[in-house]
Amino acid sequence: MPLSFSIAVIAIPLLMFLFLGLAGVKMGRKLTGVLGVIAMGVTTVIAYGVALTYFFDSSYIVDGVRKAVIVWNPDWLSFAKDYVVRMGIAIDPIAAMMLVVITTISFMVHLYSLGYMSDHHGNPEKGFQRFYADLALFTFSMLGLVVATNLFQIFVFFEMVGVSSYLLIGFYYHSPAAIHASKKAFIVTRLADLFFLLGIMILGYYTKSFDFFGQNGLTGICDSQEAAQSAISMAGGATFMGCSVMAWALTFIFIGGAGKSAMYPLHIWLPDAMEGPTPVSALIHAATMVVAGVFLVARLFPLYVIEQGAMEIICVVGAFTAFYAAAIACVQSDIKRALAFSTISQIAFMMTSLAVSSANGALIEIHGGYGLGYMASMFHLFTHAMFKALLFLCAGAIIHAVHSNENSDMHGLHKYMPITSIAFLIGCLAIAGIPPFAGFWSKDEILVACYEKGLGWGLWMSAVAGMTAFYMFRIYFLIFHWKEHKVHTEHKPADQVWTMTLPLIILSVVSVVAGFVPMHDLVTWDGKELHTQLNWTVAGSSVGIACVGIALAFVMYFKENALPSKMKNAFSGLWEAAYHRFYMDELYQFITHKVIFKAICVPIAWFDRKFIDGFMNLMADATSQAAYGIRRLQSGSIQGYVYLYLIGALAIAVVGMVCVLM
Amino acid sequence: MDLTLLMYLIPSLIMFGCGVYGFLTRKNMIAIMISLELMLNSIDINFVVFNRFLFPDQYEGMFFTLFAIAIAAAETAVALAIIINVFRAVKNVDINEITKLKF
Amino acid sequence: MIFDNILIYFAIVPLLTLGGLALCNNKGIKAIRAVAVTGASVLVALALYLVKLFLDARGAGDTSEMILRSDYMWYAPLNIKLALGVDGVSVVMILLSAFIVLTGVFASWKINPLPKQFFLWFFLLSTGVFGFFISIDLFTMFMFYEVALIPMYLLIGIWGSGNKNYSAMKLTLMLMGGSAFLMLALIGIYFHSAADGNYTMNILEIAKNNAVPQSWQLYLFPMAFVGFGVLGAMFPFHTWSPDGHASAPTAVSMLHAGVLMKLGGYGCFRIAIYLMPYAANVIGPVFLTLTGISIVYGAFSACVQTDLKYINAYSSVSHCGMVLFAILMFNQTAMTGAVLQMLSHGLMTALFFALIGMIYGRTHTRDIREMGGMMQIMPYLGVGYVIAGLASLGLPGLSGFVAEMTIFFGSFEHPDMFHRVFTIAGASSIVITAVYILRVVGKLLFGAVQNEHHRELTDASWDERVATAVLIVCVAIIGCFPNFFVNIITDSFLPVVDALKNAM
Repeated sequence: MPLSFSIAVIAIPLLMFLFLGLAGVKMGRKLTGVLGVIAMGVTTVIAYGVALTYFFDSSYIVDGVRKAVIVWNPDWLSFAKDYVVRMGIAIDPIAAMMLVVITTISFMVHLYSLGYMSDHHGNPEKGFQRFYADLALFTFSMLGLVVATNLFQIFVFFEMVGVSSYLLIGFYYHSPAAIHASKKAFIVTRLADLFFLLGIMILGYYTKSFDFFGQNGLTGICDSQEAAQSAISMAGGATFMGCSVMAWALTFIFIGGAGKSAMYPLHIWLPDAMEGPTPVSALIHAATMVVAGVFLVARLFPLYVIEQGAMEIICVVGAFTAFYAAAIACVQSDIKRALAFSTISQIAFMMTSLAVSSANGALIEIHGGYGLGYMASMFHLFTHAMFKALLFLCAGAIIHAVHSNENSDMHGLHKYMPITSIAFLIGCLAIAGIPPFAGFWSKDEILVACYEKGLGWGLWMSAVAGMTAFYMFRIYFLIFHWKEHKVHTEHKPADQVWTMTLPLIILSVVSVVAGFVPMHDLVTWDGKELHTQLNWTVAGSSVGIACVGIALAFVMYFKENALPSKMKNAFSGLWEAAYHRFYMDELYQFITHKVIFKAICVPIAWFDRKFIDGFMNLMADATSQAAYGIRRLQSGSIQGYVYLYLIGALAIAVVGMVCVLM
Repeated sequence: MDLTLLMYLIPSLIMFGCGVYGFLTRKNMIAIMISLELMLNSIDINFVVFNRFLFPDQYEGMFFTLFAIAIAAAETAVALAIIINVFRAVKNVDINEITKLKF
Repeated sequence: MIFDNILIYFAIVPLLTLGGLALCNNKGIKAIRAVAVTGASVLVALALYLVKLFLDARGAGDTSEMILRSDYMWYAPLNIKLALGVDGVSVVMILLSAFIVLTGVFASWKINPLPKQFFLWFFLLSTGVFGFFISIDLFTMFMFYEVALIPMYLLIGIWGSGNKNYSAMKLTLMLMGGSAFLMLALIGIYFHSAADGNYTMNILEIAKNNAVPQSWQLYLFPMAFVGFGVLGAMFPFHTWSPDGHASAPTAVSMLHAGVLMKLGGYGCFRIAIYLMPYAANVIGPVFLTLTGISIVYGAFSACVQTDLKYINAYSSVSHCGMVLFAILMFNQTAMTGAVLQMLSHGLMTALFFALIGMIYGRTHTRDIREMGGMMQIMPYLGVGYVIAGLASLGLPGLSGFVAEMTIFFGSFEHPDMFHRVFTIAGASSIVITAVYILRVVGKLLFGAVQNEHHRELTDASWDERVATAVLIVCVAIIGCFPNFFVNIITDSFLPVVDALKNAM
């Protein structure tokens, strides 16, 4: 399949959005849904065709390097004659991989939503058509993001995915929590995007180009290591506050990515985003949009490799976030929130992996350059998307069955929902890193990369991996075991309709086999094949840690017992703090409401009314007061006038006399 | 004894002064009108006298005086009519009390 | 002959419409609407034809600064001419005005009372607006400018709502105050327009002569800039905008925010900066500071307002601040961005005011605390409002984004700290904009229905749908194909930028 078909991959979702958005209201729900699923199915098939062609057609490999291909790249907005923003489609290894990930998950979610969104607590769901239109918009935006030919296009689609995420989180717009969550998600990511914009402005100012890949004789900033080096050197060694401006630019761009990828301290929107419908959480807030930040850093990897300072920041932020989110995930009672924190933690894994991969130049001979962490990160992105989407879709099925997000309303569902239970178990095993499930392969590579940076980094991330196993199995046991399910509704919880179960089965299979994709051949930062081998020490120890985590979870949560509450009481301070997400939301609440709103906006508005406008009114008042004052002279009393007249006449006479006499 | 110019002008000046004084101090509109007439008549005297003594072979001053007397008569008639109407409307002819048209 | 030039028809068509309206019966609402729509449609057609003419001329290699030039002597002793001519900026501004007038007619479809008189004044105002954009003679520009201002008083005073007398008076007085300064500046420029004593009012000739002495420029530039800046809602001369917009009837708010405020930005660069480049270089930073304040200040003020129109008016202060801000950056990219922002803000604010008017017409309140859940009741208007909001906060694919990006990237070309700081401050407004837009959208459209009586309200009628749909399509076209507009606009700034460079 020629790569130009990738235009269709972008165009079909866009057309679906316009069609469903404009005509959806007039169409039936069934028709809309089926149309959406079919369109997405076609898109998926084409995307697979494009990706497979790119990966397995040897004509795209020149001198052992897999070259990026620009399919289409028209000018979109000219800032100046040679300073042009283009919009186009470029296929390179990560773009091709992301096409597969996005279309797969999106297709699964489209299919799943046919069942999930058909009713809301037993009533027909309002806005079913709107849901499918928004899904199509999101899919379009995300696809546009990954095939971007330049940094500005990524920024454009960053905004677009932000808005589609806003619309989908706020899908239940009757609920105040959903409105609040959608607003928060948008504003937090918008704040991050401001930094992203600054980063692009700085980069653009020096390089006068946003293009990643060269075309028509021009070089792009990501073409090769040399191209990246020359782009960096265009700044001419300019510094700002002691750091090179390019390091600043790249750090700002990372902040933009961190906003979307929910890195600490910009993570606060993601748990709240769970107010959206669960398929949306699976698509946007687990598998695709939240990895946009990782994708962004990966895309600019050749630049980051040169600016080590920025890389160090990413590394620290990533490692901290991984631990922080894992700690919170251990105590959450809302299953979607627990999964959300798990997502944050896993994305932080990917970020850290990217950042550590540039650490040690001495390892070039062994691992073919900086690439191990990069490859591992992309690999983890791929596998995580699959199994996390699976977990979220399972969670959706469970929530649909018991009408609650709290695990206290679940317990013991294994008997009632066996398929869901097994699918969830597969997801948990995959994320925990038990071989041969997908997560093992990718996480193992990440840990190897971390150990290469330093023992401390490796141990830290291993510990987080152990926590991952623990909290995932805690959730699993609390949902499906712990104690007998209290059936208090008319209908017993059961596996859901086939449209919802089929995606679970497909994704379970994928989660089992995804680890065997030869990612090191296909997706590397420089397009060359990467020779890796399993590091048995790291693999063995990480599996061991995962098993410890699972065993701990088993002991504590498999059967109802007093251990969890004992632990909770023993570490009550810590538990409370973690349960309240270490009070980050309260801090933000304080800053936005008390500081910005109460201390800036209100005084400014007051100042505007009282001072600025007051001054204008004062001028008007002064004029009218003066007029009233002068009016007194115009008394209408003839006698008064005559007095004045006489006095005036006399005065003139006297002055005249004096003048004459002088 | 010949009558000189000054001997006509002094009574005329006194008359004018009385008129001004009356105009400024009276509150009754009719009294103010009378004062006004006094001033007008003193001016008439001046016209006649100046004509008689300075330009005896011309008659403009005389004519002007006759003209002024006619106008003054008409004007007095109008003014009295206004005053009567005002009195009917507000039962008063005190100039400080009639401020309905002010502002 | 004067009628050979197509440009003059932009002044004649509104006047003919005016005449047609005058012939209508007071009660014949159908005839009045028909005449008004016909007039407005003809204007749109003319504007589109003008764009084609412009592109043809440029395509044929005509690189003259203004095309369709022609002069007609009006008053020889003072050398006042009716000088016509357009460049890229005027062309797009005329296009914008035409669309706003058309949608304004639809938005005032059910105007009551005195529909005939309303449209009379409305078209008189349009005459002024179009006349301003087609003429390049200081005197005629000023005359049309005043023609555009005065009807505003009656339109707000008679058809307005709320505290309308106060607002109409305030708006008119502040704008007239501005134009008093402006007139002084124009007279000053006239008497220095030529070194040899052949004084002229023609902008092109004045710019070519470049004879205004530097010492005089320092006095005249602030006067001209403030004169237009008042209309462009520059801090601290913006306070007419919230009150004026809040009281004005829908179509007047649309026309005022959509077009009249653009006169300010247009005049600032065409008269103040182009004719007095030296002073612009010297005093520019002072005004840059003021406009920088406008951007952030307007955005912060909008965050706490509760009246829909106040929110929008403050948002206009912020967005129009960005127009002047970009113009004062003195480079081609930023100035192009300024015109894009004028287009974008014109359409988007017109859309906003149209929607607010429609909502107000139904609920009879504009207080967001008294409304909620409008999306359930009037989905069409709700979706329109969301789209307008997204355009305002800069969603790619809608017009606001391209305009703001062009401005920021252009402004960032200045390497010094002063410009950088203001650029970053301006850029930070995108976050604050998001805050107040989402706040309104959340409170007004989403959530539970606050007032049960609102459940009986109806969604948009066909005329309202036309008005909003036209504007939304325009906003999307600019957002999706910005290069079409950039190519028209950008070369028009070359003479200005050159003049500024030479004056340094």
